[in-house]
Amino acid sequence: MDIAFIIETIVKIVVILLIFSALAGFGTYFERKVLAFMQRRLGPMHVGPYGLLQIAADGIKLFTKEDIIPQNVVKPIFKIAPVITAATAFMAAAAIPFWPQFTVMGYTVHPIVADINVGILYVLGVMAIGLYGPLLGGMASANKWSLISAARSAAIFISYEVITGLSLLAPLMMVGSLSLIDINNYQTGGIGHWIVWSQPVAFILFWIAAFAETGRTPFHLVANDHEIIDGFGTEYSGMRWGLFFIGEYANMFFISFVISIIFLGGFGDGTIAGAIQLILKVAFFFFFFLWTRAAWPDVRPDQLMWLCWKVLMPIAVLNVVVTGIVMMF
Amino acid sequence: MHHEETFTDRNVSEQSAYYYVDIESYPTTGWDKFKQVVKRTFSGELFVGLWVVMREMIKFDIHTVQYPLEKLPIGPRYRAVHKLLRLWESGYERCIGCGLCEKICISDCIRMDTKIDENSRKEVTEYSINLGRCIFCGYCAEVCPELAIVHGDRYENGSEQRAHFVIKDDMLTPLDMLKAGQQSEYPGFGAIIPGSDAAVKKTPLAY
Repeated sequence: MDIAFIIETIVKIVVILLIFSALAGFGTYFERKVLAFMQRRLGPMHVGPYGLLQIAADGIKLFTKEDIIPQNVVKPIFKIAPVITAATAFMAAAAIPFWPQFTVMGYTVHPIVADINVGILYVLGVMAIGLYGPLLGGMASANKWSLISAARSAAIFISYEVITGLSLLAPLMMVGSLSLIDINNYQTGGIGHWIVWSQPVAFILFWIAAFAETGRTPFHLVANDHEIIDGFGTEYSGMRWGLFFIGEYANMFFISFVISIIFLGGFGDGTIAGAIQLILKVAFFFFFFLWTRAAWPDVRPDQLMWLCWKVLMPIAVLNVVVTGIVMMF
Repeated sequence: MHHEETFTDRNVSEQSAYYYVDIESYPTTGWDKFKQVVKRTFSGELFVGLWVVMREMIKFDIHTVQYPLEKLPIGPRYRAVHKLLRLWESGYERCIGCGLCEKICISDCIRMDTKIDENSRKEVTEYSINLGRCIFCGYCAEVCPELAIVHGDRYENGSEQRAHFVIKDDMLTPLDMLKAGQQSEYPGFGAIIPGSDAAVKKTPLAY
C-alpha cells in the first residue's frame, strides 16, 4: 500500500467530514427557512443577512453550553451514545461515491473513500448500527421519555431495515453487484435507463423506509415533541445533543445520495453535467424531507408497525418475486 | 409596514349556516378496514397537503411582523401608559388641576398637588400615577374635562423602574415637540366625538 493512497484517503475522509458537518449546519438553516416559508413565516432573520449566520450562532451556543450529565444516568453509555450516532452516519459515507472520478494534474481522484464490492450492504449495515445511538442514549438517560423513545427507535429501525433490504433486493438482482459505482454505471445510458422505471415499487418502498431510517416527520415518533419531549435527546445538552443532530442531518444527506444513485441514475456517465445532476437530485430528496415535515402529520407507532409488516413488507416480497420471475423468462 | 387587512365576514348567517359533517361509521371487519386503507392510500390526500404548503411557499405571502423594526397599528381605544397634553396655541398645560381624575380613580393611584400661581391660574405642581396600582381602566381619561390626560400609544414599557413612565415630565408633551407639531390628539378614551363641533349650541341669552 503506497503512501499516496493513504494520504489521498485521509484527505478524502477529512473533506467529507468537513463538508457534511457544515452541510448539517446549513441543513438546519434550510429546514427552518423552508418550514417558515411554507407556514407563511420568515424564519431566522436577525443573525446576519437573512439569518445566514444563524448557523454560526447555533454552533457557538452548542459548543459553549454546559455538558450536563444527570445524576442517575449510566455515565459511560450516556456519554458514548451521541458519538455512535454521528460516527456511524459518517462511516456509512465511506462507500458512497459523491462525485464522478476526475483528474487533477494527471492524478485521477475517485471521490469515494473505499469502493468496496459490498458497498450498499456496508452502507445499510452501518446505518443500521446507528440505531444504537438513540437506543443506548435513551436507555441510559434515566428518563421515561427517553426510554419510550429508545423502545420506539429499536422497533422502528429494525422493522424498516427489512423494508430497505427487501426493496433493494430487486434492483440488486438486476444489477448483479452491490457496489454503488457498479449500480451507477448500470444506468449510464441516460434517463431512460434509470432503475426507477423498471423498479418503481422498490423506489417508493425504499423512499418510505428512508423516512423511518432517518426518523423524519411522517415517522418522527422517535423524538415526537408533543408526546415524548425530545425522546432520546431529552437529557442531552450542548455538543452531545449537537452530535445527535449532526448525525441525523448527515444521515439525511447520505440516504438522499443513496436513493439518487441507486434509483435515479446517480452521476450518469461521469461528466460534470452528470455530477451536477446528482447534486440536484440529492437536493430534491433533502428538500422533500423538509417538505413532508411541513405538510404531513405523524403516524402512531402502532400504525407505523402495521404499515411496515402488513403492507410494505408483503409488497416488497412480491416485488422481489415478480422481478425474479421476469428476469428468469 | 402599515396595511389594513380586509377580513372576510365569518359570521354565521342563514346563508352560511352550520351543517353536520358527514362522518362514515368506522369499519369493523378486517376487509372493511383494508378497503378504507386502500381508499385513503390512493385518494391522493397526501399530495393535496404537499401542494398546499408548496403553493404557500411560492405565493410567498409572508405575514410575519418583524416587531422591533415593524409595528402593527394599535386601535384608538387601546389604553397604554398615560400622557399629559398641552394646549396647541399657548403651550400651557391643559390640566386645570380640577382633581376629577384623582377622585374617580378606582385603584386610587393618581396623586396631584396644586397651587394658585401669579396669574391666578391654578397650576399643577405635582402629578404622579402609581403604575404598580393602575389597572388602565381609562376612567381618568374619560372624566377629564380638558382632554388633558389621555391614554397614549406607548405600550413598550420595559424599564428598570415603573416610575420612569409616570413622572410628570415624562408624561407631559415637551414644548419643543409641541412647537414641531408632534403632539397628536388622541382619538381614544375621553376624546371629542367626531362632529361634536356641529352639536354645540349657543347658550340662549334668555338664561
